[in-house]
Amino acid sequence: MTPRRIVREVAPPLVGMAGAVVVWAIVAAIADSPSLPSPATVWSALLDGLGDGSLAEATVLTLIRLAFSFAVAVVLGTSLGMALALNEFARRSIRPLVVALQITPFVAWVPLAVIWFGVTERAVVFVAIVGSFPAMTLATIQAIRQVPPLYRRAGRTLGAEGWTLYREVVFPAAMPGVMAGLQQAWGFAWKALMAGELIVAAAGATGLGHLLARQRADVPALLATLAVILVIGVAADYLLFGLLDRRIRRRRGLVLDIV
Amino acid sequence: MADRVARLVELPTPRVPKLEVRDLTVSRRQSSGEVVTAARDVSFQVGVGEFVCLIGPSGCGKTSILNVLAGLDTPAAGAAFVGGAPITGPGPERAVLFQEPALFPWLSVRANVELALKLVGVGAAERAERAATWLANVGLTAEADAQPHELSAGMRQRAALARALACEPAVLLGDEPFGALDAQARELLQDEVQRAWMRSEGSSTYLFVTHNVREAVLLADRVLVMSARPGRLVEEVRIQAPRPRGLDDALVARVVTEVHDLLMGEVTP
Repeated sequence: MTPRRIVREVAPPLVGMAGAVVVWAIVAAIADSPSLPSPATVWSALLDGLGDGSLAEATVLTLIRLAFSFAVAVVLGTSLGMALALNEFARRSIRPLVVALQITPFVAWVPLAVIWFGVTERAVVFVAIVGSFPAMTLATIQAIRQVPPLYRRAGRTLGAEGWTLYREVVFPAAMPGVMAGLQQAWGFAWKALMAGELIVAAAGATGLGHLLARQRADVPALLATLAVILVIGVAADYLLFGLLDRRIRRRRGLVLDIV
Repeated sequence: MADRVARLVELPTPRVPKLEVRDLTVSRRQSSGEVVTAARDVSFQVGVGEFVCLIGPSGCGKTSILNVLAGLDTPAAGAAFVGGAPITGPGPERAVLFQEPALFPWLSVRANVELALKLVGVGAAERAERAATWLANVGLTAEADAQPHELSAGMRQRAALARALACEPAVLLGDEPFGALDAQARELLQDEVQRAWMRSEGSSTYLFVTHNVREAVLLADRVLVMSARPGRLVEEVRIQAPRPRGLDDALVARVVTEVHDLLMGEVTP
């Protein structure tokens, strides 16, 4: 990427964030209340949290849980999606159940998770997986079913059949749709994990959600933790999935490059 | 009129059939749910090494017949054979050139050709070599590493031709592959197809579907003319003008006029 292009890519989101901070500073100045500390106060709370290591430790542990939950959700969701895309009877019988899981608020799983796994980290991870894999499954089914018939026909006339046809033609053709599913599942996993950590206060465990739960009395620290959560969410969505998705689309000529 | 056409051609030598359709009826379901018979009781053979064009007005079922021969569709009645064996599905010995180039957009031009070779079990080193050869044959050496969307429509269809021919199929089926191209690109591709067929020296059988008389006369040894829907075979024109042919050849131009008149007489109800 040329420097000019980097500026063009990065400038708009930075301007948006700066604008949000300015609005926040103005509102905080007008309100002048301990419930809404100024950006500067939160910034120093953030530095404190980073300084004593509590925030860093919580962030690392949360990211490990997130990576694990997301990986399980992707493997489970994608394989289920592929299986359901291939078999019409299975799809028609099981897809409604997946849709039901998808539209159930993930917080609703917390009580059951606690009954099954106790007040533990496993309960939190369970909520994150159940909250995110249905999106992956539904996106995979959709992506495979939307592969243009011409590609399958071309693949078959080239001698690809059965599993080979799926491996060489159908799955690669479905990649843009699967990418959209990854991005969506990531968002759900992140939200569900935060909800789980916030509610399931496992003894001795730490994480960004756990920190939020403990910082109710300390508004600047609470907002500092919230800022870290926001930044992680945006960074992953924008940098990881956004750029990967655009790379795939550009390669296939699905993005119009205006130079 | 048919007599005038016959004067331009010689009697054919009998050939072993490579492709055959027997009493073939093809129908398709329209979006309204109504089933339409596109072609009825069509029988013909295409000899080994022969280049045949199937020509007829839109909707006469010529593409459906081609799809049956490709093994992509099943007929409502009748049967289709390749090398004497009933066709039950697609196979790499029958390559298809679709109206759209049907290149895979996630692969480079070279990788598209290499995939076709991989699917018939060619080893990696030989794949690279044969893909390079075929891309050179269609004049796309410089574009080998481009993605399909970066090429012009004509180049894409030439890449599709290279992909179809790289496996050296016994049969090449063309479903109006020149239809969506501009005049220059079409002429270039027709030339590539004709040269590829000549290069095979009687071992490859080509069957192309078209509604363009000039194209059919330019390319084919024999033109099969179909009527409007439900399509039936109504005329057979043998063309033995010397190859390589060009659209400007006097003989080709004259046959085009005559076949065109013939076709107009047949398709006008």
